[in-house]
Amino acid sequence: MTTDMRTRLAGLELPNPVMAAAGCAGTGRELAQFFDIARIGAVVTKSVMLEPRAGRPAPRVAEAPSGMLSAIGLQGPGIEVFLQRDLPWLLSRGGRAVASVAGAGAGEYAELARRLSAAEGVEMIEVNLSCPNPAGGGLDFADDPAEAARVVHAVRSHTRSDIPVFAKLAADVPDLVALARACVDARADGLSLINSVRAMAVDPRTLRPAVAGGVGGLSGPAIRPIAVASVYRVHAALPEVPLIGMGGVRTGVDALELLAAGASAVGVGTVTFSDPSACVRILRELEELLEERGADRVADVVGAAHRPVGAPIGAVLGR
Amino acid sequence: MSDNGPVQTRSPVLTVRRVDAYYAITVVAPQIAERFRSGQFLSVAVGGEQSSMLLRRPFAIHDVKPDYGGTVEFLFAVRGPGTAWLAERRQRDLLDVVGPLGRPFPLPRDPVNCMLAGGGSGAAPLFPLAHALRRRGCRVDFVLGAASADRVFSAISARRIAETTTFTTDDGSFGVRGRVTDALERAMDDARSDVVYACGPMPMLRTVAAVAARQGVPVQVAVEETMACGTGICMSCVIPVVGEDGITRMVRACVDGPVFRGERVRFDDVGTIPFDALGAPGWKARGEDSADSAGGVADREAG
Ligand SMILES: Cc1cc2nc3c(=O)[nH]c(=O)nc-3n(C[C@H](O)[C@H](O)[C@H](O)COP(=O)(O)OP(=O)(O)OC[C@H]3O[C@@H](n4cnc5c(N)ncnc54)[C@H](O)[C@@H]3O)c2cc1C
Ligand SMILES: Cc1cc2nc3c(=O)[nH]c(=O)nc-3n(C[C@H](O)[C@H](O)[C@H](O)COP(=O)(O)O)c2cc1C
Ligand code: FES
Repeated sequence: MTTDMRTRLAGLELPNPVMAAAGCAGTGRELAQFFDIARIGAVVTKSVMLEPRAGRPAPRVAEAPSGMLSAIGLQGPGIEVFLQRDLPWLLSRGGRAVASVAGAGAGEYAELARRLSAAEGVEMIEVNLSCPNPAGGGLDFADDPAEAARVVHAVRSHTRSDIPVFAKLAADVPDLVALARACVDARADGLSLINSVRAMAVDPRTLRPAVAGGVGGLSGPAIRPIAVASVYRVHAALPEVPLIGMGGVRTGVDALELLAAGASAVGVGTVTFSDPSACVRILRELEELLEERGADRVADVVGAAHRPVGAPIGAVLGR
Repeated sequence: MSDNGPVQTRSPVLTVRRVDAYYAITVVAPQIAERFRSGQFLSVAVGGEQSSMLLRRPFAIHDVKPDYGGTVEFLFAVRGPGTAWLAERRQRDLLDVVGPLGRPFPLPRDPVNCMLAGGGSGAAPLFPLAHALRRRGCRVDFVLGAASADRVFSAISARRIAETTTFTTDDGSFGVRGRVTDALERAMDDARSDVVYACGPMPMLRTVAAVAARQGVPVQVAVEETMACGTGICMSCVIPVVGEDGITRMVRACVDGPVFRGERVRFDDVGTIPFDALGAPGWKARGEDSADSAGGVADREAG
């Protein structure tokens, strides 16, 4: 029996739940050398900003146990180039485009949302709330529910109503559930969990921080348990809100774990750097696992980890 | 997916050899061998499938042979856990290899005199280049340098290919005491070099580019930057390079390079974001929101 791999994220239906995570798929062009990008559920673009941006100085990355530290600083060409060059290319290859946006304040986010909504082919907007340019008196949007809500509200108000808006949150915040709730109250259609986790390494030779930014973002399998816990907690608190789970997904088993914790789709990030065809491999592995478990549809396993203790797996799988 | 882009293969190891201070691994990778042009590199996954070492290790392709359908050789020094793991590979082990990556060295149309300058393991990509240049009827001269005699890369094959070879070592244990760049100017005069190709550490490349500029000779440099993906996705490997339009951009060493025209690389600004680079804080006078360069512990980093 084959599993129906389609999944729903608010109003959007994707052919399967495996997405390339923001900043880990380039514009799709680079990955397309290794596999047909139309095969995966969606490609989330690197966070687009209004203006071109040069990012942070090198060194920008360092290896960490089962992960990496990065401080790229959102280098990118700006929305003009995105709309003229990157988006059309992605669409021409049959890729489904989720546009990630980042700005220095609610106004910038709104402007981005407006222009992306006007363009043909953007299927979803993901609001990167962990932008390195803090606005609002030095507060990180990512940490402050009121700030985050303001940004989400601005984006939702300027986005075509048929395009879902997802807020992307970091896990290392004072109160993740409160933050999630604030975003949903500000009319986010769903949430992406999680962004990289603040972390640091010191180079033993120079005794200086290993990445030039000082603190970087930890990503990769090292943060997977944090991602699972974040998805689990938010799904428990807001069971009706669709979630995209990400953080350290390396195999189909890892993807299944996030689905069971409550995600309706799964983002693949850092692992793409070490295995450029990771997205399609993970999709294949996930499909096999779901078939082995007799799931008719992906939705059968979403949130399965929340079932009462002792409930038979069959009950979860709808049999 | 395409016919000339990089491929990912599981390649059996044919041989692992010690060559002085280096290890040489030859893998069977016909598709990589077929596509390869000198200057390109490959990246190898290390530590096995569930390894905690997530990032691939990039190495210049040192040799390509038609044996066994197409084999590829790279040489490396043991520097850390990844290269230590590689040094322990044995015949028939499988290596997960992606390649060929990056832009190759451009070759001159006419048979001109080419000076090849390499520092340490940076000499690796110069060997297939030397062969390609010879096939075009170019004269090839080498200046190769390293810290000590056992780190001078493939001295014997250099002698075989080149018209003249100059060796330098920091400790004087082989050839001339000093640095590659100390011997370069003289060697270029003697060989009447029309063009220079160089690979090695950034400070060496900077001096080579300066020497070539002084002599009015074009120079191609292959840079080594820390790379997380090697395929152009992550933006970890950027260096400041001046484009044809005179604008400085932070470009990716892995796919826009590793080979660049020497005079285009802003060596003095490597490791920084020059204030006039496209998209730098303050670029286009964007007002106050240039908090980025402040870095700092308070900032969250999201890509
Ligand atoms: C295009 C390119 C070609 C190269 N060709 C060769 C070659 O032919 N022979 C050779 O001996 N070495 C070469 N290097 C350097 C080689 O990649 C590093 O020595 C190696 O990755 C070290 O890995 P490790 O696990 O032993 O060390 P670690 O220091 O533990 O590595 C940790 C991380 O840092 C990165 N890193 C460490 N040193 C370097 C470096 N010098 N340059 C870039 N990244 C680094 C690694 O890739 C890894 O991600 C090349 C590098 C680049 C970018
Ligand atoms: C190099 C790099 C760049 C990233 N760029 C972005 C970005 O532009 N926008 C964003 O929302 N997240 C970005 N991320 C975060 C990832 O999308 C993802 O949320 C995080 O890395 C966790 O997933 P992973 O462990 O699978 O990588 C980036 C991550 C890395 C490693
Ligand atoms: S190493 Fe990732 S872009 Fe160059």
